[in-house]
Amino acid sequence: MINIWWIIGGVLFALLNTAAGLIWVERRMLALWQDRYGPNRAGPFGLLVVLADTIKLFFKEDWIPPFADKVVFVFAPGVVMLSVLMSFVVMPFAPGIVVADLNIGLLFFLAMSSLGVYSVVLGGWASNNKYALLGAMRGASQMISYEVFMGLALMGVVVLSGSFNLAEIVEAQRKVWFIIPQFIGFLIFLVAGVAETHRLPFDIPEAESELVAGFHSEYSGMKFGMFFIGEYLGVTLISGMLVTLYFGGWLGPAFLPPVLWFVIKTFAFIMLFILFRASMPRPRYDQLMEYGWKVLFPLSILNLMVTAAIKLWLNS
Amino acid sequence: MIGTAFYIAALIAVLSTVMVITRYNIMHALLYLVVSLLAVAVVLYLYGAPFMATLEVIVYAGAIMVLLIFFVMMLNLGKESAAQEKLWLKPRIWIFPSLLCIILLGELVFLVLQNRQPVSGVQVVNPKEVGIALFGPYILAVELTGMLLMAGIVGAYHLGRQKEKTLHRFLENNQS
Repeated sequence: MINIWWIIGGVLFALLNTAAGLIWVERRMLALWQDRYGPNRAGPFGLLVVLADTIKLFFKEDWIPPFADKVVFVFAPGVVMLSVLMSFVVMPFAPGIVVADLNIGLLFFLAMSSLGVYSVVLGGWASNNKYALLGAMRGASQMISYEVFMGLALMGVVVLSGSFNLAEIVEAQRKVWFIIPQFIGFLIFLVAGVAETHRLPFDIPEAESELVAGFHSEYSGMKFGMFFIGEYLGVTLISGMLVTLYFGGWLGPAFLPPVLWFVIKTFAFIMLFILFRASMPRPRYDQLMEYGWKVLFPLSILNLMVTAAIKLWLNS
Repeated sequence: MIGTAFYIAALIAVLSTVMVITRYNIMHALLYLVVSLLAVAVVLYLYGAPFMATLEVIVYAGAIMVLLIFFVMMLNLGKESAAQEKLWLKPRIWIFPSLLCIILLGELVFLVLQNRQPVSGVQVVNPKEVGIALFGPYILAVELTGMLLMAGIVGAYHLGRQKEKTLHRFLENNQS
């Protein structure tokens, strides 16, 4: 048993570095897919652009608008970091490498992701700016609606594995990964996950071509940096959850250690997120809501019912 | 260990609830209410109800409170409403009810201290047991709740029904 403090420190170190490194990865990959170079001047392969960005964010004037609600304005960027980092508490990276092996792990993840909405809502409201308010309203309705069928889609996995514990869910996939029996659930969770992290194509709360920068229009300096890094952490979280729930987590052929399998699979999904950004147009707000409630919601209920029925039929 | 954690969580719950009542700015009051709900979730977790604790966070703190904040956000209540609240919350108005409440609280504390028994071992109820209880002996309650929610959804649909949807004002004449 590895000391718990080492696990916590290691997870934090790995996550924060991944999130910062994703700034570079995303820009390079976007450039690759758009047939250009991307940042390639500072350091080897342009890697030092992360450092340059960070220094720039730290030295920018940290301006709080005089018309803003100061306490809430400062508090909002912290919420996104806190809720996403807390979600990683239950994620099993390898057998034994998990911060807290809760028997309600999946529910804990859902609870934390539902608290993440507050960063968008409070940030937008406290800015006291019309664009920010519009972004916050869109963000709140988008995240609340997509949370509903995100939870419902996950219940298919729970039915199959018979547990909310994420390590047990991974162990239940020894024979076959849940991507095969739960393909519809996987698709719904993927779409809901993109909407939950408000990444493109579902970046409607930010929508820079309509709303300046949406809910974080008024943020500058490191407070903006927190939203920025929080978004990358969210991408990592959803990728990690997709791997844990549908792609067998740390399971894989034995020539690589389990942690490495987890990391490789997670990175594949992060790449998918970036590819989404490079290739998809943004839907209109009402299209997003209609698609969610009229297509994904009935589909996720149907998926759950069919899964449960088949499970009961096989058991009897 | 559990005792200390309980007292901290309970203190936060009580303090934040007091703050909910005394804030003039409604948004701040709602945020304190969220903190209070989270503290209650911690108490539930400590005393062996992890499933209820997460549901408290998901449903109350994560969904219902977000909706309340959403509505308050659209109402655009500014300094005027805070001033109005200040006008309403005069000592003359709140002193007498809170005196009565303090008497009741004293009685409650006295009664609790009368038959004081230490908690004998926390029994953890895991999600599976909750599910079996809900769909076993309490199935009728679950079904009744489902019907109530269905009535609510039908009502909401009726209220929110739109007549004819025109995507653009230039198209209005063509459709009618």
